[in-house]
Amino acid sequence: MIFEVTPSQTVGPYFAIGMPYEGGHLIVPEGTPGAITITGTVYDGRGEVIPDHLIEFWQPDGDGRFVDVHGYGERSTLDGFRGFGRYGVEDGDGTYRMLTVKPGRVPGPGAGALQAPHIDVTLFARGMLNRVVTRIYFADEAEANAADAVLQTVPAARRHTLLAQPVDGGYRFDIHLQGADETVFFDL
Amino acid sequence: MSTAERDQGRETGQDEVRQIYDPVADTPSRYRRSPPEANPPLDYPPYKSTQTRHPKQPLVYLPHTVTEITGPQLQQAVRLAPTDSDLTVQHGGEPIGERIIVSGHVYDTEGKPLRGTLVEIWQANAAGRYAHRWDRWAAPLDPNFTGAGRCETDANGRYEFTTIRPGPYPWGNHYNAWRPAHIHFSVLGRAFTQRLVTQMYFPDDPFFPYDPIFNSVRDERARRRMISTFNIHETRPNWAQAFNWDIYLRGPAATPFEEAF
Repeated sequence: MIFEVTPSQTVGPYFAIGMPYEGGHLIVPEGTPGAITITGTVYDGRGEVIPDHLIEFWQPDGDGRFVDVHGYGERSTLDGFRGFGRYGVEDGDGTYRMLTVKPGRVPGPGAGALQAPHIDVTLFARGMLNRVVTRIYFADEAEANAADAVLQTVPAARRHTLLAQPVDGGYRFDIHLQGADETVFFDL
Repeated sequence: MSTAERDQGRETGQDEVRQIYDPVADTPSRYRRSPPEANPPLDYPPYKSTQTRHPKQPLVYLPHTVTEITGPQLQQAVRLAPTDSDLTVQHGGEPIGERIIVSGHVYDTEGKPLRGTLVEIWQANAAGRYAHRWDRWAAPLDPNFTGAGRCETDANGRYEFTTIRPGPYPWGNHYNAWRPAHIHFSVLGRAFTQRLVTQMYFPDDPFFPYDPIFNSVRDERARRRMISTFNIHETRPNWAQAFNWDIYLRGPAATPFEEAF
């Protein structure tokens, strides 16, 4: 017998009562060699920032190894690596910040393929009845990006919305829910 | 883990959980994609805030690769403590309201229990007021109630919270709009694909017909999956009422072909 899923509902405006935890944005501990900051602002269809957004990252370490709950694949040996980050605060200003390392390449989809470095992203907010899912790729990985099977399925004119741009100390990745630069969201 | 080691675990009964859900062998390589009516649409005009907060471009199909079928374990990161699951003991005194026990199981769509997964809740107090700076509803705050809890599911996928029954509250979506009483649930799942944030409702809430968030789930059977049931057998005499609510996350795709990239 197959059961149907429990439907999603909006995270609402008051998730900051329960969802934050100390150091939630630390995908790697502070002081980790090679650590970078990924920061970005989340915009609605009017171009206004969304202060009450909740964003989560999931990624492997620089060697392409996860700290997976199932023990899938080789486990990351990076000290204190969580692979997961959550940012969402009571007094948000629309801009998130995560401390992490640039992910390594991982296999897939299909046998023999290798993906470009990427981070899986979940975004929740009031006014969103379900999460939206996107991927962060890196603008300075042109060669790997050109060979990435997922990125190649994205219409060429929209691919730039998935590229984090290098800035001092890390990368910038803004998210636009609508508009000319609407971020590409995935059907997961 | 080798097959021999697994078999040994079976014979000695040391690891009964693993027989239900082997962490490696039973890791689905692809997850089932839910039918569209199972979830609310992102664009749902009766809920006005969706207007500027839904993507207008079509979603791009994402195959399930290693990044999607893996997931974190956050118990250490959130410093999970036993009192996190009892929202009535987090302050110096007793919160005001109806004491309730909310419990259930987290399953996947094959009915397999998901053990060790993080369940997080947040809610309004008995008067329908959130302990949040931006909640301006003219109902009293309760100094003995924050309204946030966490626990992880046990070996059978079961979670349990002790809390106060939340009150309904008005909101600004339309004239005289009220939210049915609800508890917000966040379930991490065991893979990126399984992540779920939703709301648990109470049986026979009179506000159901008028709430666009509840009704954004267009399929009636799907809506019913968000409503808890009262359970007299789990009430604690002279202490607390009890409600049950099971949560179903996506399970494995039925066949390798179903999800072919």
